[in-house]
Amino acid sequence: MATVHITTPVSAEEVSKLNAGDQVLISGVIYTARDAAHKRLVELVEQGKELPFDVKDQFIYFVGPTPAKPGQVIGSAGPTTSYRMDKYSPTLLDLGLRGMIGKGSRSQEVKDSMVKNKAVYLAAVGGAAALIAKTIKSAEVIAYEDLGTEAIRKLVVENFPAIVVNDVHGNDLYIQGAAKYRID
Amino acid sequence: MREIHVDQIIDAVAEMVQEANYDLGQDVENAIKNALNTEESQTGKDVLNQLLQNYEIARTERVPICQDTGFAVFIVELGQDVHVVGGNLNDAINEGVRRGYRDGYLRKSIVGHPLERKNTGDNTPAVIHVEIVDGDQMKIHMAAKGGGSENMSFVKMMKPSDGVEGVKEFIIDCVRQAGPNPCPPIVVGVGIGGTFEKAAYLAKKSLFREVGKRSHLEDIAQLEEELLEKINKLGIGPQGLGGRTTALDLHIEIYPAHIASLPVAVNINCHASRHKEVVL
Repeated sequence: MATVHITTPVSAEEVSKLNAGDQVLISGVIYTARDAAHKRLVELVEQGKELPFDVKDQFIYFVGPTPAKPGQVIGSAGPTTSYRMDKYSPTLLDLGLRGMIGKGSRSQEVKDSMVKNKAVYLAAVGGAAALIAKTIKSAEVIAYEDLGTEAIRKLVVENFPAIVVNDVHGNDLYIQGAAKYRID
Repeated sequence: MREIHVDQIIDAVAEMVQEANYDLGQDVENAIKNALNTEESQTGKDVLNQLLQNYEIARTERVPICQDTGFAVFIVELGQDVHVVGGNLNDAINEGVRRGYRDGYLRKSIVGHPLERKNTGDNTPAVIHVEIVDGDQMKIHMAAKGGGSENMSFVKMMKPSDGVEGVKEFIIDCVRQAGPNPCPPIVVGVGIGGTFEKAAYLAKKSLFREVGKRSHLEDIAQLEEELLEKINKLGIGPQGLGGRTTALDLHIEIYPAHIASLPVAVNINCHASRHKEVVL
């Protein structure tokens, strides 16, 4: 259990040093995408077309923010539940996506793909959306503006807080954490 | 007959949907503060402290607690001596939702057709339940219900022979299966009895009860306590990262059942259990 600062883009080597349970503070660019955007991204991959951004060594944050109030960079922006992206994540991991940020369990297929491709899955605190928004310094829609909250945004973050749930070694904090505190 | 004009309803709803999303009730906050005393996991404590900080930011800066500002769900207790004038009750509630979600910079999370999935752009329609009661008042209860926890909810048509032990097992199993997904520490709403849809409605209705408040029925209150204790032994903990605090509370509502039936519904709410009420 350590606190680790990482700055994107992140190499496979760097991500391999992270362990389930580590608290991470992320700085740099991260991209937002949730259900509808993932569907479109994977359709592009299947058609052999170029993606709106290069996923290699990048992090995707599963989020659909509230509209920004006047003077705000972004509205409240906490994680959405990740399993809905399970169908799409392996395709992006095969292209070199290095990290995903969301909340809740991932499928075995996604976990295996993370081990194979040397990528990590981090949890942000669900429902801490106003607090997390304070770490977002800029936000720009770069694709799928028609999707509104579900559009792909390029965020610049400073010390965005998250916890490593799945590391490249196949550990899963959700399983191990619950087992540690279970009383039979 | 007492007349209530739809403009009053529209204004009240527009305000309450915003307040619900900015200002979490003290019931939840007190439950989290109490949980800090019993939580053994350091990560769990860190998470609970983050939640408290977040509630404070949302309240003082008037921004949404969570980006999922929810499906607007209403239970209207309508006195039978009330006459709504100037328009239609459902239309008025929807207009209030439309204005509140627009003016409050809340997220519009509703798609108009569940299969075509095009966003309606104004968070309408709301889900509206009306209960006719005695008197000449209208009490509007509103909850902002997030999708993540709603997706972790279940209805099961159990057999009368499954009995209370079977019911307990099913409820605990629902929470175990939900794991980290519904943003624990959760509030668990349970409906037992009635028909298929009645049980689901009761589970939802139980989530409108204040966190920390027990059922007025002694045997049900005991069952609530027992289940809460068992759920907090699962080890799921805050955000599912391991710990003692899996649920803040568990509420059960019951209704008579058919001789052949034992319907049980489990409706889960995240820690940000956002509900408000207003009396007109």
